[in-house]
Amino acid sequence: MTEVALEIRSVSKRFGRIVANDNISLSVGKGEIVALLGENGAGKTTLMNILFGHYVPDQGSVTVLGQELPHGSPRAAIQAGVGMVHQHFSLAPNLTVLENVMTGTQNLWSVRSETAKAREKLLALSERFGLQVSPEARLGDLSVGEQQRVEILKALYNDARILVLDEPTAVLTNIEAARMFATLKDMARQGLSLIFISHKLDEVMATADRIFVLRDGKSVAERKVGDTNKAELAELMVGRQVTRPVRDASNPGSVVFQAENISIIRDGIERLKSVGFYLREGEILGVIGVSGNGQADLAQLLSGTARRNGGTMNIFGEAVGDLSVAQTIALGIGRIPEDRNHEGAIGEMAIWENAILERLGEYSSKGFVDRKKGMAFAKRVVDEFDVRGGGPSSRTRLLSGGNMQKMILGRNLVEPKRILVAAQPARGLDEGAVAAVHERILEARRKGAAVLLISEDLDEVMALADRIQAIVGGRLSPPVQAEKTDSRQLGLMMSGEWSGVEEADAL
Amino acid sequence: MSEVFDILTSAGLWAAVLRIATPLIFGTLGALLCERSGVLNLGIEGIMTFGAMIGWLAVYNGADLWTGLLVAAICGGIFGFLHSVLTVTLGLSQHVSGLGVTLFASSFSYYVFRLMVPVAGTPPTVEPFQPVDIPLLTSLPFFGDAFFSQTAPTYVAIVTAVVLAYVIFRTPLGLAIRMTGENPHAAEAQGINPLAVRYGCVIAGSALMGVAGAFLTLSAFNSFFPTMVQGRGWICIALVVFASWKPSRALLGALLFSFFDGFQVRLQTVLSGSVPYQLFLMMPYILSIAALAFMARHARVPQALMKPFRRGER
Repeated sequence: MTEVALEIRSVSKRFGRIVANDNISLSVGKGEIVALLGENGAGKTTLMNILFGHYVPDQGSVTVLGQELPHGSPRAAIQAGVGMVHQHFSLAPNLTVLENVMTGTQNLWSVRSETAKAREKLLALSERFGLQVSPEARLGDLSVGEQQRVEILKALYNDARILVLDEPTAVLTNIEAARMFATLKDMARQGLSLIFISHKLDEVMATADRIFVLRDGKSVAERKVGDTNKAELAELMVGRQVTRPVRDASNPGSVVFQAENISIIRDGIERLKSVGFYLREGEILGVIGVSGNGQADLAQLLSGTARRNGGTMNIFGEAVGDLSVAQTIALGIGRIPEDRNHEGAIGEMAIWENAILERLGEYSSKGFVDRKKGMAFAKRVVDEFDVRGGGPSSRTRLLSGGNMQKMILGRNLVEPKRILVAAQPARGLDEGAVAAVHERILEARRKGAAVLLISEDLDEVMALADRIQAIVGGRLSPPVQAEKTDSRQLGLMMSGEWSGVEEADAL
Repeated sequence: MSEVFDILTSAGLWAAVLRIATPLIFGTLGALLCERSGVLNLGIEGIMTFGAMIGWLAVYNGADLWTGLLVAAICGGIFGFLHSVLTVTLGLSQHVSGLGVTLFASSFSYYVFRLMVPVAGTPPTVEPFQPVDIPLLTSLPFFGDAFFSQTAPTYVAIVTAVVLAYVIFRTPLGLAIRMTGENPHAAEAQGINPLAVRYGCVIAGSALMGVAGAFLTLSAFNSFFPTMVQGRGWICIALVVFASWKPSRALLGALLFSFFDGFQVRLQTVLSGSVPYQLFLMMPYILSIAALAFMARHARVPQALMKPFRRGER
């Protein structure tokens, strides 16, 4: 057994009647990577907030390098060598990288900031761990991946020996995530101890040495990575067997949407470059690609929020101009936006209000909102789509991500739709919710909807889509039949290599 | 045209610019410090009024002039404390609380003034600050009269701007203040107490506002009227935006506004008769709005400005 860097002993924490942590113990050795696996709401973040002194536990103790930490003091945790990389970064976009890193590291009453010394230390750390940053850059100008590097460097700058990362890949693209995990492994080799919180089985299996599984606030299992597998972990995490739904054979109907040579220029940049695709009834077209390659504009094209700079569109056999949002709704196009918190729902409003907002005209009479009718509709959404955590009149903000997504799906699919646009529908959801969302999308397909699925998750696209096109730098590859492709070929297509692609049957 | 040239080359204009600018410099720096930590302080108009009254009253009752300024600063700090309790601890709307402080402090000034000073035909006066004689510089032709025959608080104002710029951009404390104004949660994660930083900044900033007011009764004039601040506080709030939250630019902005103001007063006498003088009164404000619109478009507002900080909430 290697030297123990961190030990958490029988920690419990209650919030009102909810038990967030129930008698949890775990330990991390020096140079070890430990994963804390659990669904949303399992108590992972609470436990780490106790470790970092943000919360005071009801009982239990935290020992770092043989020294017990006082409860509720972030300062003591920092000084003992605990560094935390939050899921939502604790950074100031208007300050420079160096300023973000050195805040609070000097006595506040010194008469001069030791900027030169700080820059040297930062550059040395960035060199040692391969985390490239430029100290003078304004933080807000950096990409999300670079910002995370700054967040990690900030912890290292405080001489952290134990680094806690809360869902580090939630905001990263696949490539950035792979690079980050390589860095983490390198850090562990250099003697740092790492805890990372996750609900993604792949990254846990690929990176961790040991895995602790939390469920409903309890520690349910501890496994060495060699002694377990994804299926077992999934079952431990959810508490029952979860299987993602399986797509049955496709039986496409007629073409309901066709786009040719579409170009979109936004902010002076050509986001879509002469792309073409079509959607058929009862079929899912998967568009795979790393975020930021034009997916957003593709989704907007069908959602009525984009203006074309060229190209033609046909819906149900008729040529159409730029769609307005009202038109897309009237045409029966269902939309699941990429960012459910900002575009999909208004957190401060009730579930029933969110459910009817996009079709307010149908739910009002004589200039007044027909509350009864709206509530009845929301009740159907909640019941039929199994939205848990609130009734029609509770505030939408209180729903978990998965349940909010089910509400958005429900409001689109309670009445069958002819076209459904789903942009990153399962992003950030836990295993149980992913299965539920996938099931609903497949159900829409069975009922004859033409689905455009935009995703950067290879597994998701391979599981759901009948035809697949890759999007790279605003260009779409020709479509391939899902049965005739594999992850290797799709990976190549995602990097822009599609010369040898065997096209799916042309129209 | 030659009249305009005469005005611009008169030492009197430039001396007036510095004098008019002094309360604006103090007030703008005070508001700037509050906002850098994330708290908008609309109490400024009332705090300046109270500072003008209490500073004057102290001197009227026998204190010396510097003690008068100090008393004004302390009372400004007390109103700052009140504003902090409401906006930082209780997390109430900073607009509403600030306007409340302004209304309360203004009326309270008049109340105290009437309690302490009997009604009289001509308001009582004190002996104000006198211009400082600086060896060599004051005796320079033109420049001596234009720039080096000011009262001591004017020089203090300029030094304060330089000191505040240094503190904000060159010290660990300044970085902590800026971080608190940008993202108090990040500041907390680095072991800084954002609540304490905000209290400190609002109290110190309000003290500067108190001094700004006291300058009016102890240097620019020698007596107190309840309406004498005349919207200078609001000008300061605008100047903070004009200055993009930078003390050096705050100094520049205050001087620019004062230049317009000093210039229009003199222009009135030259062009009186042909143009109604009210038109000139509007001029500095119109030019300020134009300058503000031009300068502030690219300003980077402190991201946490007007957002209350609560532990454990995001």
